[in-house]
Amino acid sequence: MKRRDFLKSVSGLAAGAALPAMPSVISSARADARSETLLIVSEGGPNNLDIHGIGTNVPGYEVSWNCYDRLISHEMKSGPGGVPYYDRDKFKGELAEDFKIDEMSVTFKLKKNAKFHDGAPVTAKDVKWSLDRAVSVGGFPTFQMSAGSLTKPEQFVVIDDYTVRVDFLKKDRLTIPDLAVIVPCIVNSELVKKNASEKDPWGLEFTKQQTAGSGAYKVTKWTAGTEVIMERNEDWVGGPLPKIKRVIWRMVPQAGNRRALLERGDADISYELPFKDFQEMKANGKLNVVSLPFSNGIQYIGMNVTKPPFDNVKVRQAIAYALPYQKIMDAVLFGLGNPMFGAKDKATEVAWPQPHKYNTDIEKAKALLTEAGYANGFETTISFDLNFAGVNEPLCILVQESLAQLGIKTTINKVPGANWRTELNKKEMPLFTNVFSGWLDYPEYFFYWCYHGNNSVFNTMSYKSPEMDKLIDGARTAASIGDTATYDKDVKGFVDLAFADVPRIPLYQPFVNVAMQKNISGYQYWFHRRLDYRAMAKG
Amino acid sequence: MLTMIGKRLMFAIPSLIGVVIVTFLLTRALPGDPAAYFAGPAATKEAVEQIRKKLGFDKPLIEQFFRYANDLAHGDFGNSLTTGQPVATEIRNRLPASAELTLLGLFVSIAIAIPLGVLAATRPGSWIDHLCRVTTTAGVSLPVFFTGLVLVYVFYFWLGWSPAPLGRLDVFYSAPPTVTGFYLIDTLIARDFEAFRSALSQLILPATTLAIFSLAPIARMTRASMLAVLASEFVRTARASGLSPATVIVTYAFRNAMLPVITTLSMVFSFLLGANVLVEKVFAWPGIGSYAVEALISSDFAPVQGFVLTMAVMYVLLNLVIDILYGVIDPRVRLEG
Repeated sequence: MKRRDFLKSVSGLAAGAALPAMPSVISSARADARSETLLIVSEGGPNNLDIHGIGTNVPGYEVSWNCYDRLISHEMKSGPGGVPYYDRDKFKGELAEDFKIDEMSVTFKLKKNAKFHDGAPVTAKDVKWSLDRAVSVGGFPTFQMSAGSLTKPEQFVVIDDYTVRVDFLKKDRLTIPDLAVIVPCIVNSELVKKNASEKDPWGLEFTKQQTAGSGAYKVTKWTAGTEVIMERNEDWVGGPLPKIKRVIWRMVPQAGNRRALLERGDADISYELPFKDFQEMKANGKLNVVSLPFSNGIQYIGMNVTKPPFDNVKVRQAIAYALPYQKIMDAVLFGLGNPMFGAKDKATEVAWPQPHKYNTDIEKAKALLTEAGYANGFETTISFDLNFAGVNEPLCILVQESLAQLGIKTTINKVPGANWRTELNKKEMPLFTNVFSGWLDYPEYFFYWCYHGNNSVFNTMSYKSPEMDKLIDGARTAASIGDTATYDKDVKGFVDLAFADVPRIPLYQPFVNVAMQKNISGYQYWFHRRLDYRAMAKG
Repeated sequence: MLTMIGKRLMFAIPSLIGVVIVTFLLTRALPGDPAAYFAGPAATKEAVEQIRKKLGFDKPLIEQFFRYANDLAHGDFGNSLTTGQPVATEIRNRLPASAELTLLGLFVSIAIAIPLGVLAATRPGSWIDHLCRVTTTAGVSLPVFFTGLVLVYVFYFWLGWSPAPLGRLDVFYSAPPTVTGFYLIDTLIARDFEAFRSALSQLILPATTLAIFSLAPIARMTRASMLAVLASEFVRTARASGLSPATVIVTYAFRNAMLPVITTLSMVFSFLLGANVLVEKVFAWPGIGSYAVEALISSDFAPVQGFVLTMAVMYVLLNLVIDILYGVIDPRVRLEG
């Protein structure tokens, strides 16, 4: 370490007296500990170690992913830039040794040597209890399960100690993928039941504070808001034994300090840095910076279609021609995003996300606005979530400038993070920017949540169109019975309709950026975009 | 003396009750709906309602208040939703971290500012007076987070003298067994001198940041008060009686100049507690300041209320200590008390 060498050489100085050098024996012992320890720094930490808990935040998902196992998981494939990327269509057993998909059910055979962290064997009744818990606790986990048509405890049937069957309520292509997301994790049912109470039958209070799984890591210390320490589970059978023995995850609120820690070589890996920092770190080449697009994710400008002026499709199209797309890519994202605009001459594909056909064209926008009867513009408000102000604020300012050319006066409304979801739920904001990304990477999944007339929370525009609903439902049915021709036609249909009606204007597909030391290998991209320590190695 | 302390504490009770009521109402008046926040991005309206009910936010305000007051009377500050821990435990764990930092910062500041102020007062217009003026102006005009970031940049990133700004200890050390909660003291009790060094080196930059910020009021006040005392008649008499300049300045002038300085110190201490919030953010310090800010951002009522209440109690105690100190320094105050 440079710091120590320096200090040894100047130990006579006042600085040396205050920050003395470590004795060399201790330094080498600590160096060993360092080589097997992964030090992660990030802005926020978990508020709950159990994804089934009330209001577990996204960092909490990372703990769950690494400390619990699921029945099945995804295989890896080579993604953009050669980075391992989860394979949406290929599954492998994690706790399951083997699984068989029938017409209306799927049967899992469990690995017989799988053990929970306390040594108890993982059995079929643990699996049933855990899946029952996921569909019963309410809130996010139950919602996520229902996305794969998993809603009733009766669907999970114990055949014998090591065999479980999951019955389908209806044919749904998303059922199997939904069993490989973070939520259906297998929990040590005996241990948790012992610590449950009448008021808390699922033992959520217990699992909030400690991990009770069979996963590759277990949390040994957690100081909320400060650090999480995880140790490797030496008896893990879900995959090859991970190389990292210990993970120390520290919360460092200052982005500048996180970058300094990385560049000085004190921290191993970090994310949640400003785009500018990532771009500079990429350019100077001292660290490995991985940038990959969010799967099934888009940042967009949404418009409330229930109220004037945005109830007029011409106005919405005018806005779509007026947005400063390229400026946003350059000045806000520093190029770290996939453009989702200007595919004028390209045919619509059976894929999502894909670029729309609009481009910045102020003359066209003016003409459309005049046609709509707003030749002199109007006044409106654009809202954004302050939690992501780093991107949202400059983005909204650029939009404001651009719309001013059409005579549209826009006021910027900054909504505090705590309030953002309330505001989205009210569906009253006329103009706003937001991100949506789906864990399950299927076009119809995205459209079902964002454009369907059942008006879910994510249909932030309150968009309703019978024609759209027909296409989305059609694609879902076609997917479940494997009717590719109808599926392709319906997907192209709803993409085209979404672009013609433009209730929301896609801007770009955001990137997840991770910066790490050169000696760190094994980073994998997952749909949840958090780190998987199990494949990582140091040195 | 005891009656005075008793009386002062009695007077503090109404203000504490006021603080409880005001913080309760203020947190309820904050924008943002904690139920919607904690229900997560994918929650349906029913899920939000479920959580609201679970958290008791569906009850009338007055009932919520009485429940809160009842819990407080039993020493229960409620649960933080963001960290998932009981607020009382969190504050107990985090307060020593903030207190250690603030006290060390204040100590460094006093150690520099008082001699500087005294010297500046004894030699008005000299280079040391100008030095005093320049340092204090600079210190007071730099925002704390800026000073903090510059110090990190220079001493950690650039020169590499200081350890990584990662909280109270190097990540590879474990915390000493808790006795006082002050790592500097606990590591010494545990005879773990390496951890002591680590804790001390982690403290230097944040404490310096706080010290730079609080130099100005202490030094200025010392200087002004010393100037006034040095110009007074009893000092002239002492000088005329042939006492050595050191005796005149230290024994006679300085003791008399102390009172306003002590008052300033109590004010500075409260400023520092405020400034702590930003310093803790910069240095990833696990104190109560950063805890309260996090809670405020996510509309998490219980920690904010707990924080304000703790602060109020600390102010009351601090003022009490200052009052007692007055008595020690100036016998006239004792007589009136």
